[in-house]
Amino acid sequence: MQIEMRGIDKSFGSNAVLKNAGFLLDHGEIHALMGENGAGKSTLMKILTGVYTRDAGTVIVDGQEVCYQNPQEAEKAGIVFIHQELNVLFDLTVEENMFLGKEIKKAFGVCDKKAMRQEVEKILDKLGVKIDPAQRMSELSVGQQQMIEIAKALMVDAKVIIMDEPTAALTQSETDVLFEVVKSLKAKGVSIVYISHRMEEIFYLCDRITILRDGSYIGTKKIADTDMNDVVKMMIGREIGERYPVRDVKIGDVVLEVKGLTCPGVFKDVNFQVHAGEVLGVSGLMGAGRTEIMQAIFGNMSHVTGSLYLNGQEIKNKSPQAAMANGLGFITEDRKVEGLMLEESIMKNISLANLGKISKAGVLNKQEEKELVQKGIEEVHIKCTGPQHECNNLSGGNQQKVVFAKWIHTNPKVLILDEPTRGVDIGAKKEIYNIINDLAAQGVAIIMVSSELPEVLGMSDRIMVVREGVVRGCLAKEKANQENIMILATGGDLDEK
Amino acid sequence: MKNKKINFQDFGALIALILLVVVIGIFSPEFRTPSNFLSLLRQSSINGLIAFGMTCVILTGGIDLSVGSVLALTTALCAGFISNGMPVGVAMILSLILGTAFGAISGFMVTKGRLQPFIATLITMTVFRGLTLIYMNGKPISNLGSSSLLKFVGKGSVLGIPFPVILFIVVFIVFMFVLEKTTFGRRVYATGSNAQAAKLAGVNINKTKLITYAISGCMAALSGLILLSRLGSAQPTLGDGYELDAIASVALGGTSMNGGRGRIWGTFVGVLIIAVLNNGLNILGVSSYYQDVVKGIVILIAVLSDRKR
Ligand SMILES: Nc1ncnc2c1ncn2[C@@H]1O[C@H](COP(=O)(O)OP(=O)(O)OP(=O)(O)O)[C@@H](O)[C@H]1O
Ligand SMILES: [Mg+2]
Repeated sequence: MQIEMRGIDKSFGSNAVLKNAGFLLDHGEIHALMGENGAGKSTLMKILTGVYTRDAGTVIVDGQEVCYQNPQEAEKAGIVFIHQELNVLFDLTVEENMFLGKEIKKAFGVCDKKAMRQEVEKILDKLGVKIDPAQRMSELSVGQQQMIEIAKALMVDAKVIIMDEPTAALTQSETDVLFEVVKSLKAKGVSIVYISHRMEEIFYLCDRITILRDGSYIGTKKIADTDMNDVVKMMIGREIGERYPVRDVKIGDVVLEVKGLTCPGVFKDVNFQVHAGEVLGVSGLMGAGRTEIMQAIFGNMSHVTGSLYLNGQEIKNKSPQAAMANGLGFITEDRKVEGLMLEESIMKNISLANLGKISKAGVLNKQEEKELVQKGIEEVHIKCTGPQHECNNLSGGNQQKVVFAKWIHTNPKVLILDEPTRGVDIGAKKEIYNIINDLAAQGVAIIMVSSELPEVLGMSDRIMVVREGVVRGCLAKEKANQENIMILATGGDLDEK
Repeated sequence: MKNKKINFQDFGALIALILLVVVIGIFSPEFRTPSNFLSLLRQSSINGLIAFGMTCVILTGGIDLSVGSVLALTTALCAGFISNGMPVGVAMILSLILGTAFGAISGFMVTKGRLQPFIATLITMTVFRGLTLIYMNGKPISNLGSSSLLKFVGKGSVLGIPFPVILFIVVFIVFMFVLEKTTFGRRVYATGSNAQAAKLAGVNINKTKLITYAISGCMAALSGLILLSRLGSAQPTLGDGYELDAIASVALGGTSMNGGRGRIWGTFVGVLIIAVLNNGLNILGVSSYYQDVVKGIVILIAVLSDRKR
């Protein structure tokens, strides 16, 4: 299938999001769509698939002008969209989610459970994921949910599959499986639109790349004819230099020490230390228990035993509130469920973690609040119409930046970052890295959980690898590389040379 | 993008109120007299105080069905104290404290007991009503003496304005301040908006919820004092069904029943709409059977117009 989008305009109210955007998708190619957060990639794809209507422009599919009124029409035509923000019904099972609206039926509208079970198992098998189809969606990790969304798209006999940041919540091994699937789809003549902020993936997987900036079409390049610097320059209009800024910080004393942290069935006997000014990377496969360990340290899990020491003093983090009072900060993995009040403004979200700071005797100082929020917006470059912008209407990466802005002024002694740059564009990533470095320079001890290996390698002083709830090892920067981490994460041993 | 969040939706209830006043005013000269407006405001203060407390609870994503029973139990106790010779001022303050404590019991069941707010307050509603009947042995308490303080709360006035009205407006301003300008207000909204995110940002959501139920109980008790003063006696069935008017006022004011969204001044307008309906329909001589139907329809229209955004 061939798709051409030309001269697409789209505004939300007075906010012109797309101005003369477009691209051309060829039969059987993997086409990358790149651009900064808020450049309009998701919006362009939503217009293609009938989620939004366009204000101007044409969409031509196989030589015919079309205008899908809703996603169902697009799906009928063979265009499937795997959304960036997951569309799952948490209370339904995996199976029910996958067959929602297209249940296999026997006579009298009775669902054919056996046939559906078989179908689900076949597809999950193909994706190489071990998930029980009868599990509730809410029991799965974000990464697993993402895999289910992908599986859902494979069920439809699609000619074009749009993947909007499919790997943002996946770790290396799941990503590898996904890539195999994508390649085999391509071999069958399916065209793929691939949206991602991970440069390595784009250059590994894609054939061509189209770049959008501020809602406008900038250009299309063959992957073979371009390189990362070139792409970045087209995306943000300037060069960014080193992707992982070097940090020249003297590492100080131990700030946080974790001893024998255990939560039955989740993780066992976790021991580690973080020093002032140090960035401790935490790596591992999906479901290894990294997030749970961090949640436990931050006082948000029950049935946890073990002890925590801050600057040598034992502390008890019975609740997130206590953890904050003890000087911890926590940027959560799932911005939608745990990070943001989506229906509230940027301002209310940022101030929530800073209420003590911007108030006196419980009364808010609006002026101070405004200044704090304005500073936050500027520091992490949130693309928005102002502090009152509702978070629902922000692009995914910008939502992530709001979560970040919320925490950086709480003056933590220890800052835990769980996937801090998920879905964030390359320019903004660097801004976040700079902020992390600044905080480290101020002596903050930083724990960074990340599934993006280049990021962990580029940013950490040490890397702790977790597998099935057990710390497999801590690699010093010099010894850490992609291979070593994967060996530990998958259960192998590093032979000591 | 709407930078200023002032749109038709915010004014839907206000427009409805103005329309009601104008329409009823056209048909009834009696309705549009200043003295009727004052008595209308005085009548609305009873429901108004309860509705303000209810707004806080609903903003956190909860609901408080127990307000009518809390009102009955606190007035009964207060009347009992007074008839047993306790100084009126002390009895009244004690009644407010008890109301706060009764509300906190509901809050405790919701937070520590992890009961759904609807169930928890259904339980307290039933139990408090039962306790009222037990305490009063089914009979009113009316030997309250002739304390001028007690009379003043419900019947007194300052500069021609009835004291309940003053109370109503002062409490309104206090709530507006608390919800808009204090950290507690932010926590209330945050708890209702996304409890998990609020918790991880250091908000003690259980404490926040508990306090809102306590506030709701306190407001019910305060409202009960006005009633006690006006009626001159405590009745076992006092406040029966008051929770419904309060919830209706909150809904009319545009507060989301899921929590996280809403404004106290919306509730203020909602309270006035209910009061205008009660008062206006009475003056127009509409039979009380029809009154309820009309009230239901007005609430339906207001809430529907609220939905389109
Ligand atoms: N429903 C909406 N109402 C108002 N503004 C919107 C809406 N949806 C998107 N926007 C705005 O449109 C712009 C483009 O958003 P879009 O989601 O397409 O960006 P994106 O390129 O996908 O970014 P990201 O890489 O962060 O996912 C953003 O600035 C966003 O604030
Ligand atoms: Mg997007």
